[in-house]
Amino acid sequence: MSDVPEGWELICGLEVHCELATTTKLFCGCRNRFGDDANTNVCPVCLGLPGSLPVLNGEAVEYAMKLGRALNCTVNASVFARKNYFYPDMPRDFQVTQFDRPTNTMGYLDLPAGKRIGVTRAHIEEDTGKTSHAGGDGRIHGAEYSLVDYNRAGVPLVEIVSEPDIRSADEAKAYVDELRKIVLAIGVSDAKMEEGSMRVDANVSVRPAGSTEFRTRCEIKNINSLSSIERAIRYEANRHIGLYDAGERPHQETRHWDEENQRTRAGRSKENSDDYRYFPEPDLLPLEPSAADIARIDASLPLLPAARRGRLADVATVSAERAGLIVDRGQDEFAFRAIGAGADPARVLVHIEQNLKDGFGAMGIDEFVRLVAMETENKLSATQTKQVLAELVAAGGSPEEVAKARGFEAMQSSDLAAIVDKIIAENPDDWQRFVAADDKDANKIYGFFAGLVMKATQGKADGKAVREIFMQRRA
Amino acid sequence: MVMSQRLTRDDVAHVARLARLRLSEAELDEFTPQLADVLAHAEDIERLDVGDVAPTAHPLPLRNVFRDDVVRPSIDRDEVLAAAPAAQDGQFRVPQILGEEQ
Amino acid sequence: MTIGSAFDIAAQVRAGTRSARAVVDECLAAVDAREGDVHAFNLVLADQARAAADAIDARVANGEDPGPLAGVPVALKDNLCTRGLPTTCSSRILEGWRPPYDASVVQRIVAAGGIVVGKTNLDEFAMGSSTENSAFGPTRNPHDLSKVPGGSSGGSAAAVAAGFAALALGSDTGGSIRQPAALCGVVGVKPTYGLVSRYGLIAFASSLDQIGPFAANVRDAALLLEVIAGHDEMDSTSIPQASPSLVDVLDDGVDGLRVGIIEELSGEGIAPDVLAQLHAAATALEKAGAIVETASVPATIYGLSAYYLIAPAEASSNLARYDGVRYGNRVDGASTTEMMEATRTAGFGAEVKRRIMLGTYALSAGYYDAYYGKAQRVRTLIIRDFARAYERFDVLLCPTSPTTAFALGAKTADPLTMYLNDVCTIPSNLAGQPAMSVPFGVGDDGMPIGVQVLAPLQGEATMFRVAAVLEAAQKVGDHV
Ligand SMILES: [Mg+2]
Ligand SMILES: [Zn+2]
Repeated sequence: MSDVPEGWELICGLEVHCELATTTKLFCGCRNRFGDDANTNVCPVCLGLPGSLPVLNGEAVEYAMKLGRALNCTVNASVFARKNYFYPDMPRDFQVTQFDRPTNTMGYLDLPAGKRIGVTRAHIEEDTGKTSHAGGDGRIHGAEYSLVDYNRAGVPLVEIVSEPDIRSADEAKAYVDELRKIVLAIGVSDAKMEEGSMRVDANVSVRPAGSTEFRTRCEIKNINSLSSIERAIRYEANRHIGLYDAGERPHQETRHWDEENQRTRAGRSKENSDDYRYFPEPDLLPLEPSAADIARIDASLPLLPAARRGRLADVATVSAERAGLIVDRGQDEFAFRAIGAGADPARVLVHIEQNLKDGFGAMGIDEFVRLVAMETENKLSATQTKQVLAELVAAGGSPEEVAKARGFEAMQSSDLAAIVDKIIAENPDDWQRFVAADDKDANKIYGFFAGLVMKATQGKADGKAVREIFMQRRA
Repeated sequence: MVMSQRLTRDDVAHVARLARLRLSEAELDEFTPQLADVLAHAEDIERLDVGDVAPTAHPLPLRNVFRDDVVRPSIDRDEVLAAAPAAQDGQFRVPQILGEEQ
Repeated sequence: MTIGSAFDIAAQVRAGTRSARAVVDECLAAVDAREGDVHAFNLVLADQARAAADAIDARVANGEDPGPLAGVPVALKDNLCTRGLPTTCSSRILEGWRPPYDASVVQRIVAAGGIVVGKTNLDEFAMGSSTENSAFGPTRNPHDLSKVPGGSSGGSAAAVAAGFAALALGSDTGGSIRQPAALCGVVGVKPTYGLVSRYGLIAFASSLDQIGPFAANVRDAALLLEVIAGHDEMDSTSIPQASPSLVDVLDDGVDGLRVGIIEELSGEGIAPDVLAQLHAAATALEKAGAIVETASVPATIYGLSAYYLIAPAEASSNLARYDGVRYGNRVDGASTTEMMEATRTAGFGAEVKRRIMLGTYALSAGYYDAYYGKAQRVRTLIIRDFARAYERFDVLLCPTSPTTAFALGAKTADPLTMYLNDVCTIPSNLAGQPAMSVPFGVGDDGMPIGVQVLAPLQGEATMFRVAAVLEAAQKVGDHV
């Protein structure tokens, strides 16, 4: 489905705020923790009390640089700046952020489908407190008063700003999804959109297909879930097109996604909102990471989701998308090592996808590899393999012993042939139909015979071997 | 054109709004020439050619000052809220917010 | 009138030959006698000081050593946070606010056995040079009640000059310790930026503010600075080094020291009587073996302009937090924006409003490069010119204030005239370098004059040696 009518192109850039999962806040030792009672994680610093001073959390900077490198950014010498505006959720009525010298610049993120989205910058800043609106209808407009909780004030954030490279709502969602996976993989944030630890603002504009101009964009805030990203962007793009079609034009503004009514609506324009009077934060000192710091960060990064998908897809000769399911479940390392140890890739993927959804339990990689080998060497039937697998996961042990204890020994082919012949003799009418049928009908009847064999052998017979014997007898 | 000539009564009114200050007409009349005087004095540096001089934001050459990510005690909420002009339900209470949501 | 030097008090209290309680009582008696005229304090902590003194005496009786400031009465500028005690910045907007924490310097003074006797008056949020911009009325110069004590730390300077306290702390953003020290005839020190923790000092201009001591003599100032200096992890801009040794170098003399008189700050605009004392001071140093020459620090002439853009810019941001939401006074309004406007309009005095507007303008869109950006580059020029001068000189000399104390009301109508008082003190703040004012003679009006000694970053030890020689020269009547 196309987001916009024929003849139009959607242009989108995203600003993603990601709360860092440090133990304490950016500039003070208060806990960085969601869900505590209001105003219990506060101190003179994060309340902005007169005389208090910020001291930078080194771990937050480390996390931010990690995220920057994971997004292929250049890590720069950087400077904190004050962004000045009055709002009751900001204890000092300015936000400490980075302005002209951000920590991370010029990176990119590759979407799973292959498209590369530029990352303009990923800078460090502090979060604000939370206001809740009371009286009236509970929304900001019409509320009689508001209450402010500063637990979140001063929580470290990285704001990741993309280039306007996104061309569809689907790409926007894929970008956020992939960014989330990266953030989780490197462990710098829990990236929960529902708790606000990952927040997405979308800059949306449209232009006639084929044109290279950039038209007026609107910034959509308050997008609270992965699914609403697509809907918000699509709505906004079509709103713009509607305006252009009517001979009007959108004006640059911040709008809010109204989940209830599935539309964006204009915020009241904030007076003087564009004059933030940025200047270097005098209470903090410049950051100058050394080449050694950056090398250390690089060395500390785990393999990222894209590389993990690629790696598994390569060894298993499947699509990156299919490998992605296993990567998302964090089971790719196990799969990769099992395949590397010689296990059949197709069986490895099937087992992990279908039979190991809840994890590997007590089963080691080596045991899994040996079990898959027993299966592919026809020593165990598929059914038997599944049963052994379940037991290995639940209780550990060796696949050989588990199979033996259950009496799962591969049947001698002569024994199997005798059983098959006995069944043919006991069901002469069906056998005649089977022999006379065309291939398509024969297949259906075969299911009946196979079932009898499995019953007779208590599932020990190898399906492939059984089929071979029947086909020989039929020919 | 010198900088001080740029400072008008409207500029002062605009700046006061930015700074959340309300000025009476009489105050505008008083402050405008006073601020213009200070800016006129600053014309001496306006004339300086310092394009190749790096700005100094900070008098000390300190860099990379960090704190460990270790919890320090927060302060008691009752003490915090006792200082608040208005509080309710463990939070700071403010009149309705008419500006844009951030 | 005076209770004696802090150094002697501490020695006597530690030795058990004088009780801290007796010292504090003398001090409070002086307050009772003259505070009504001088108005040095926003808050006198009589009961608390007596209790603290009793505790010190008990510790001494127990054989403990309360520390280098044992029993010494200390006055704190009322922009230093004191836990549970009103801290106002002499502003209506903070009236009644009791901080939930102590400034780092306050903790250090108390840990050293010092006794806090009160919170001193200042120009509102330290913005001023006369202590007339206090919401609670002006402080008067103890040497002449018709004159200002200087500012913004006028209350602290006056408290020491009047014998209300042996020591006091002030803050110096553009001269706010040194200028009142000069006008009140006491020693005042602005340390190297970062030598003393600013944690708990209510910010005026963060890149310029520095806490420093007032004392009746050079040795006491050194003693107090030793106690409050040294690294503090609560202030990112705190120099990561231990407190310097100052008292021990005071007798080292100035033989062979190269002293430069800053020509740009020792001519035009400086009163003749002030210049005469400056040259007398130079002569005294020469007699003590120093080599005195004229020094040039050309960019200092731009200091005033740069300062009156940088300081208000930082202040406009630092003072945004007084919005009626979390603490301090609130004036209600129909909306949060209206409440904030009403609160700030009612809570700030005219000078604070002027500086907030000036700073807001200097940072606002389209003017940043012309004002704030330019001023920061000029700051670099000043640092560069000082560095060149310090290739030739160990310390520099100039007046502290262009004139002796002026009459109350003389400069309140014209802010720029008031700002010109800071012309000699501002360059050290912009450069982050230490400077101190030492009383040296009196003017034609009989009022005290201060000579300013400047040193490079962390050059406090040399600076204090020079100050000690200047002080000694006066004691033997070796000056005009
Ligand atoms: Mg931001
Ligand atoms: Zn805190």
